[in-house]
Amino acid sequence: MKIEIKDLHYTYPAGVEALRGVSLTIDSGEQVAMVGQNGSGKTTLVKHLNGLLQPTSGSVLIGDLDTKKVPVAKLAVHVGYVFQNPDEQLFCRTIHEEVAFGPRNLGFDASKIESLVADALNLVELSSRKETNPYDLSPTWRKMVALASIISMDTSIVILDEPTTGQDAVNVARIAHVVAELRKRGKTVITITHDIDFCAENFERVIALSQGKILLDGPAGSVLGQGEILAQTYVDPPQLTRLGKRLGLKKTVRNQEEFLSALKS
Amino acid sequence: MAIVNLKGVTYKYPLTETPALSNINLKINEGEFVAVIGPNGAGKSTLCYTLAGFVPHFFKGDLQGSVEVAGVETKTSTLSDWVLNVGLAFQNPFNQISGAKYTVYEEIAFGLENLGIPRGEMKERVDQALTLTGIRDLADRSPYSLSGGQQQRVALTSILVMQPKVLVLDEPTSQMDPIGTREVFGVIRSLAERGMTVIMAEHKVEWVAQFADRVIALYEGKLMMDGRPGDVLTSERLVGKGYGISRYTSAAREASRRGLWPRNRELPVTLDEAVMGFGGFPLPRGEGQGVRGKGRK
Ligand SMILES: Nc1ncnc2c1ncn2[C@@H]1O[C@H](COP(=O)(O)OP(=O)(O)OP(=O)(O)O)[C@@H](O)[C@H]1O
Ligand SMILES: Nc1ncnc2c1ncn2[C@@H]1O[C@H](COP(=O)(O)OP(=O)(O)OP(=O)(O)O)[C@@H](O)[C@H]1O
Ligand SMILES: [Mg+2]
Ligand SMILES: [Mg+2]
Repeated sequence: MKIEIKDLHYTYPAGVEALRGVSLTIDSGEQVAMVGQNGSGKTTLVKHLNGLLQPTSGSVLIGDLDTKKVPVAKLAVHVGYVFQNPDEQLFCRTIHEEVAFGPRNLGFDASKIESLVADALNLVELSSRKETNPYDLSPTWRKMVALASIISMDTSIVILDEPTTGQDAVNVARIAHVVAELRKRGKTVITITHDIDFCAENFERVIALSQGKILLDGPAGSVLGQGEILAQTYVDPPQLTRLGKRLGLKKTVRNQEEFLSALKS
Repeated sequence: MAIVNLKGVTYKYPLTETPALSNINLKINEGEFVAVIGPNGAGKSTLCYTLAGFVPHFFKGDLQGSVEVAGVETKTSTLSDWVLNVGLAFQNPFNQISGAKYTVYEEIAFGLENLGIPRGEMKERVDQALTLTGIRDLADRSPYSLSGGQQQRVALTSILVMQPKVLVLDEPTSQMDPIGTREVFGVIRSLAERGMTVIMAEHKVEWVAQFADRVIALYEGKLMMDGRPGDVLTSERLVGKGYGISRYTSAAREASRRGLWPRNRELPVTLDEAVMGFGGFPLPRGEGQGVRGKGRK
């Protein structure tokens, strides 16, 4: 489903102007990373996609559904959101119940629910922990449970709010694998992250927010190469991109292979 | 003088069989900035809790060996003996916020207030701390209506303002933006420079290499390596186990297989080291090879 955001403004009830005119289109099946300074409005923006927040002005369309007119329950069929803090999201006694909660709410039949749960737990490699209480896991694994409990809803749009926070290299690779799998399944994936290397290695399109507005939006290679502009929103280019620049390589490199082959030529 | 001294420390959480920490021996000198790395579940947080007295005073369980921090011995003390000397920033900043205060300013002042610090001094210290972490403009906001990274800055600031002798930070920049992360590392470096002892669990090794004096690598509760950042962070022993490895290190490791990295040259962890190696420039004397941390910025 296509996402269309038009001149979105949002001011929190306390008076903080968090979004100041965001216009954005994301096509069905795109993989987009969102980066930017703390407080630039990333979480606020994505919370509009599933109706958790309503525009102060402007509009958000999911396919042809206007989030102002459609109840949250109806949006949940299409948009899954993994919270930045998993503890805001998890409340069941076992991992299995937690991951089954979403699809059950969407009204799938029992056998479909079981297969969705099995698939999601398999993807995050938690199949053997079904009966564990999520709160007996470390915060990093709770984050994986939160991820599974959204994947199991099989929504066409999946939003991940800082999935790699605190994850070690093995879990980061696991998350990259999940994103790749969702891409194969034709899902739209929007991932907020401060891990710019992860961003460069796994996403084709990057959007940088700054103070409630879009600062840059385009192919990862071109957005992440613009160090001076990115610095305005406290983002550094990826490590190897910085290195390539310092070495005077002509091409903007994004990952190890690009770097090493540019080095040879 | 060692301000932290752990001897034969083994710890099991209640109702668990496998120790979260196994036979840890560790001495840390006053003013050292020590980074603790390790994959998920390696024991970083448990070590932080132990250094801050939360193990065994809050988390019960079974603690063997001796833990001495800033002259206080675990077995003969209570948690309040620790709070004066050791500050701990939790991995999850949400757990740090007191829930008792309406504004960020009051939240930061809360600990000083409890100690009965006079108003004038309190104001000065709070202002200074807010400036240090770049959150002056959040002073009048509610601690609950903040973004994740802003909340993490507030949690960190509420510890820094206490000026503890020993500062224990459990992934304090995990939700911070990239340049903000680097700045916070710089602030912590300067505190260590002025004599504060810092122990910091962290995955972001590029900045660890640039700012810390020493790195400890934990693995399944054991102290696997302990040494200078350049040696530990480029070690083959970290590969494939979940440790954070800088892209400079990985690229140079692969490059040296393909003959694109100078032979016998130490692998890089920081941008400058990578530029020197790949650019074929010799390192100026005193830079990079010997003195990381203290000598550099
Ligand atoms: N519940 C709230 N009430 C009032 N203001 C809020 C609330 N949540 C966030 N804000 C403010 O809105 C702005 C945008 O916050 P948001 O959480 O969208 O930022 P973010 O880009 O996700 O940042 P981070 O990288 O730190 O997660 C910030 O100034 C923040 O303080
Ligand atoms: N409260 C607890 N009760 C029982 N076991 C625990 C508790 N907290 C942690 N553990 C276990 O102790 C071990 C060490 O965990 P710890 O949280 O210290 O690791 P960590 O290195 O901080 O991991 P992470 O990178 O995920 O934060 C793990 O096996 C973990 O499951
Ligand atoms: Mg956020
Ligand atoms: Mg931890």
